[in-house]
Formats: sequence, structure tokens, C-alpha cells
Amino acid sequence: MNQPASAYFLEDRHDPNETHTLSVLVANEPGVLARVIGLFSGRGYNIESLTVSETESQKHVSRITIVTTGTPMVIQQIKHQLDRMIPVYRVVDMTLTGRAIERELAMVKVRGGGDNRVETLRLADAFRARVIDATTESFVFEITGNSSKISQFIDLMRPLGLVEVSRTGVAAIGRGPEGM
Amino acid sequence: MSETSSHNPNQMTGAAMIVRALADHGIKHIFGYPGGAVLPIYDEIFQQDKVEHILVRHEQGAGHAAEGYARSTGKPGVVLVTSGPGATNMVTPLTDALMDSIPLVCITGQVPTHLIGNDAFQECDTVGITRPCTKHNWLVRNVNDLAKVLHEAFYVATTGRPGPVVVDVPKDVQFATGTYHPPRKSDVHVSYAPRVKGDAAQIRKAVALLAGAKRPVIYTGGGVINSGVEASKLLRELVEATGFPITSTLMGLGAYPASGANWLGMLGMHGTYEANMAMHDCDVMLCVGARFDDRITGRTDAFSPNSKKIHIDIDPSSINKNIRVDVPIIGDCGNVLGDILQVFKAEAKKPDIKTWWQQIAAWKARNSLAYKKNNDVILPQFAIQRLFEATRGHDTYITTEVGQHQMWAAQFFGFEKPHRWMTSGGLGTMGYGLPAALGVQVAHRDSLVVDIAGDASVQMTMQEMATAVQYELPIKIFILNNQYMGMVRQWQQLLHGNRLSHSYTEAMPDFVKLAEAYGGVGLQVFKPGDLDGALQEMIKVRKPVLFDCRVAALENCFPMIPSGKAHNEMLLPAEANDEATAAAFAGGKALV
Repeated sequence: MNQPASAYFLEDRHDPNETHTLSVLVANEPGVLARVIGLFSGRGYNIESLTVSETESQKHVSRITIVTTGTPMVIQQIKHQLDRMIPVYRVVDMTLTGRAIERELAMVKVRGGGDNRVETLRLADAFRARVIDATTESFVFEITGNSSKISQFIDLMRPLGLVEVSRTGVAAIGRGPEGM
Repeated sequence: MSETSSHNPNQMTGAAMIVRALADHGIKHIFGYPGGAVLPIYDEIFQQDKVEHILVRHEQGAGHAAEGYARSTGKPGVVLVTSGPGATNMVTPLTDALMDSIPLVCITGQVPTHLIGNDAFQECDTVGITRPCTKHNWLVRNVNDLAKVLHEAFYVATTGRPGPVVVDVPKDVQFATGTYHPPRKSDVHVSYAPRVKGDAAQIRKAVALLAGAKRPVIYTGGGVINSGVEASKLLRELVEATGFPITSTLMGLGAYPASGANWLGMLGMHGTYEANMAMHDCDVMLCVGARFDDRITGRTDAFSPNSKKIHIDIDPSSINKNIRVDVPIIGDCGNVLGDILQVFKAEAKKPDIKTWWQQIAAWKARNSLAYKKNNDVILPQFAIQRLFEATRGHDTYITTEVGQHQMWAAQFFGFEKPHRWMTSGGLGTMGYGLPAALGVQVAHRDSLVVDIAGDASVQMTMQEMATAVQYELPIKIFILNNQYMGMVRQWQQLLHGNRLSHSYTEAMPDFVKLAEAYGGVGLQVFKPGDLDGALQEMIKVRKPVLFDCRVAALENCFPMIPSGKAHNEMLLPAEANDEATAAAFAGGKALV
């Protein structure tokens, strides 16, 4: 194996990438999100989606949901690296549990008139998107679902006059009676 | 403030809390440099005598001194620096300590809370800047949180995988009065609970592998040193009980004695042939407190291809990071070694590995550390061997800078005990050794502390000679002076067509005069015959010494695993002629 002149060993790694959703419980204190994001950027990990909010205000616990991609070894590293941070309580790989529900909310603004307006409403109805704002020339829809459903809806809106989209990123929770 | 609270002995200023917390954690020495944002703390230091402050000449020096102090004692090193440049100058030692798992507690001053974010004089985002180079850090905005944070800082720095922490204290918090409390368990995040004890089932699996091994090797690292003297003792007992060969990383030297019968020498890029071959051909590998770093593994897809690997580490993120292992055991090295030893003694007997030892003897016979003797110029390897001989019988501590001299020191200086070898392994910080030697000498006043240095590295933190003179710390700076950045030049020779771009130092200071200018002693030697006498003089003098040892300028460090090669493709010194070297690096040459 020849490599260019380097003091480092250069290797190609061919393991396929996987997408995983991680739920991370953290102490809600200043800088905690910066620590998590800094870990990802510093070590070259991917963030596909990131959702954060305090979930137990009395205990000052926040829940971070991260969708990431990487080889199985990298995914395992990400979990270990997160878990060893001082303010991190727990890291659960929702993808590995195989029992997680994932949802995302999006608000989608569409502008147009005439037949397009009717078609827009018809499609929104099929996707169970609700109208949360309307003018004579526009709608804002609220849609919830898994990420691919939302992406599909957005794609359908594009030729009908899509203006802009705001997405929350993925939130995930396990099925059944147990907590994480 | 109420009448009663002013009489409460736990009511005090933030600055007083800091000094009190240091005393409560048994800290005798701190290294630091004053400045505007830490003056209240310096005022408290002035008015007490429990904690001795060592004034350095640059904050980086304080950081490395604290690292040397920590590494040689097993206790945390403490640094006190001011805001802004004081904090940014600490970034290198903090990163160094993070890479090598050295417990450091760094207290930084910060501008008053109302000025934070205002681009105030000597303001910087200290917690932001140091977040990726600390195990954890804190900005304390309320004086009543200070005691808790300080105690947690010491706990986090010293437990689990040790590392550096930063506590950033704004000046108004230092002035404010609040309530102090001594260390208590509730000071620590409940989310922080490092695992110390290894899983019993995994330990049984490990022992079964060890007991059935035909070609075993034990590979240890800095984790054994961090775990404490007891871990080294247990390691030696395990080697005794199993009869296995043992090698170590740069950071782990001294855990097993270099004079021990089962010692293979250091492994890795500049490790011995026998150590690397044993790693490559083994059937069972026991890795204790090491992390399969890229300087150790060589090409990872060809790393020890036929072995079952057991990995003991206190940090779960070290497991399967670079190399997939078969039996991971999360826990403290000493604790897990104790358990393995117990189970092994009770349930297994020494495997017969005579043929393996014969194979190792054959590899050893290649004499991979050989070098050609020279009566006219001092060879650096020879200089280290003479230094080693001269220091035998002394209570010796060795620090190094980074480069060829560091590798030669690791190859040719025999370490018999843990905590005797201080080097920048992970980060590779030139300029580490001189201030680290200071820190070691502060902790061990009557010992012989030698920094094996290179002429380039040592100039990066030379200013700390003034600190050594001020505190009468008789550190010996043994400079292998070849007027090159030797390791940079070696790589340029091997990989970049011998174009020595900026690796030669055309203007070298007169180290003898420099030593004298600082108030120390300068020695200079050119001839091999003069070396021993000068070394005796260096050891005898009770002052800081700069020893300018002029060595063969173009000597290179072998053996070596060329880049992109595996453990069994080492380049040995006897074979490292121009053609073989060119062939070994052929992949690189075409693309130079």
C-alpha cells in the first residue's frame, strides 16, 4: 500500500455509513450544548439533525436528540465520547433499540392562487397538514411526522409555490412503558 | 451583611475560598503568574504560608511545571493565571495534559461579570477556548457556587481518566463574600461516575485467554502509571505469575522495570524490533492502560492480525476507537489487574511458552538498537547511555522535550520505577521538558532531575531557567545539541527528498554563557572522552545546569516503522542505508 509522504499512516476505510438517532440526557447548565456540538465538530462527526429542550425543569435535565451518520465504529465512538462528558447522564441509541418513535414538526409556507391553491389544500389534507395561517395568496401549514414524510410533503409543495420551511429536527422516544 | 455571618469562619471572599480550597485538598505548591484579574487571589496567597507559589516566567511554563509535578507525584498539579493572555498561554499545557491524562487544576482570573462579553481589557472567552482542551471547565458567576465548583474540579481532575480542568473566576466573584464549605460528595455532578471495578465475567474471559495463550504479549501504557504505584506492583506480579513478555508505550515506561527479565523494550514507531514483532505475531494481547495510538499500531489493517485482544481501560471511549478488541474491560488498571491476578492464580497455571521465548530471543538477537561506535564525535545514543550510567545510584527523575532525543531517551535510558519519566507523548510539545523538570524538582527537592533536551525544543521555554535560579531548583538540562530539529530533518530526509527546509538552526546561542547569564552553570562537551567527567560535574553541582552536549549532527533515530507499514516491516539501523530507506519509503517518494 503506497501512500503520499506523511508522518501519519493514511488509510482508506471502507465500512458503510449508518444513520443513528441518539437521545442524550444532560444537566441543563450553561455551555452544555456547546460541549456537545464542539465534540461533533472537533472530532469530525456528522450532525444531520439536532433537537434540544429542557424536559425536566425541576431536575434541570435537558434532552438532546441527535441524528448522526458514520461507520459502526464511529457511531460507537460518538456514544462513548458523549457519555464521558461530565454533564451527560445517559446516552441511548434509539436506532439500536429498534423500538423508537421519531417525529419532526415542520411549518411550510406556500404562496399561489387559482388551481394551485386547491391542489395545495388537497395535498395538505392527504398529509394531515393543518393550516395555521392563511392569506388570500398564501398558506402556512403545520405538519408532523417522520422526517421522510415531511421531506416528501415539502417536495410536493415546491412546484405549487413553496416559499420557506422551518423544521424542528427529530425528537424520539421509545415505545412501551419503560423510560430511557 | 448581618452581625452573625461576619463571625462565621466559613464566610469569606472568593479569593480566600480559592486558597482555602487548595489547602483543603492538600495542595502544597502552585505554579502561576499574576495579572490584573487574579490580584485578589495573589493578595490572599501573600498572607498565608500553607501553599507555596512558584512564579514562572511564562504561563506555559507554569502549566508544564504543574504537569511534571503531577506526573512525578501522582497528585494534581495546580496553576493560577490571569485572564486573557494568561489563559490563552495555558492552552498548550492544558491540551498536553488532556492528551496524556495528567490531572491539572487551572484557576484563571476573568474580567468582572458585568464586563464579560464586552471585549474588556484582557478578556477572552476562557471557557470557550479551553472547552475542547479540558476534561471539564467552569465559569463561576456566583461566589456561593465557588466552593462547590473548586471541590468538583479537583474531583474531576483526579478521578476516572485524569485530566486538566479550568475554573474561571471573574474578579468581582473573587472580591465578593460568600459561604465556603469543605469538600463533600454532593459537590460532584451525579452524572459523573467513572467505573473503577472491572466486570467479573469479562475478567474470567480474559484469564481464560491468557491461560491458553501460546504467543502472548502484555502491552502497557500511561494508564498503569496513572493508576498509582500499586498498579505497577500488580503488573509486575502478573508478569511473574504468567511468565509473559511485556512491552510498553512511551507513556508507560517504568511500570515494569527495564532490567526485568521479561522486558522487550518500548514498542511502536521507534520501538524495538522484538517488541513490534511480538505484537505482530502474538496470539493473545493484553493491553493495559494504553490506547492503540497511531504511533503504536502502524498500519491498523495489518496490526497484530492473528491475536485475541484484551483491553483494560478506565475510559470507555478508548475501547474500539482504533483497533477492534475481543475482550474489553472497563475499569481502573490497578483494580482490574488485581482481579485478573487473583483469578489467574486460583484457576490457571503458567502456560508453556518456551518456543515463543525462543522466537523472541531470535528477534532480540537482531539488536535493533545497535549503533556504530565513534571515538571522535559523541553519538546521541552513547550520550544517553553514559547519562544513564552516571545517574545510577541517584534518585533520578527524567523529563524530555520532543524529537529524536526523546526517542533515544526512551530507547537507551532504563526506567526501573513508575513516576520517574515525564514526557509529552500525545501532544508532542516541544518545550515541555525544562518547565516539567522544574515541577518535578519542586516536588522532589533532593532528587536528581534531568531534562534530556534537544537544542531546538529547549529554546521554546528557556526563560524558565530564571525560575529555576530564583527557587534554587538544581535542574540539569542535558542538551543533545546537533543544531538541527533532528526529527523534522529525519522526516525531510526520508520523505521529502532531503530538502532540509528550515530545520537547521543557523544561529545557536552559546548555552554556557546563557546558563551563566541566568545565574546557572554552563557545561560544554565535544569529545566522547570528556563526557563522563562532565556528567559527574553536572550531577555534583547544586545549581541549575545547561549542559551543551555537542553530538553527531546527522545521526538519525532507528529502528523505525515507515509510514504506511506494519509492525513486521521495520527498518533496522543496520539496514538503513540509502537504498533500503528509499525502498521503504518508496510510496512516498514518487509523490514528494
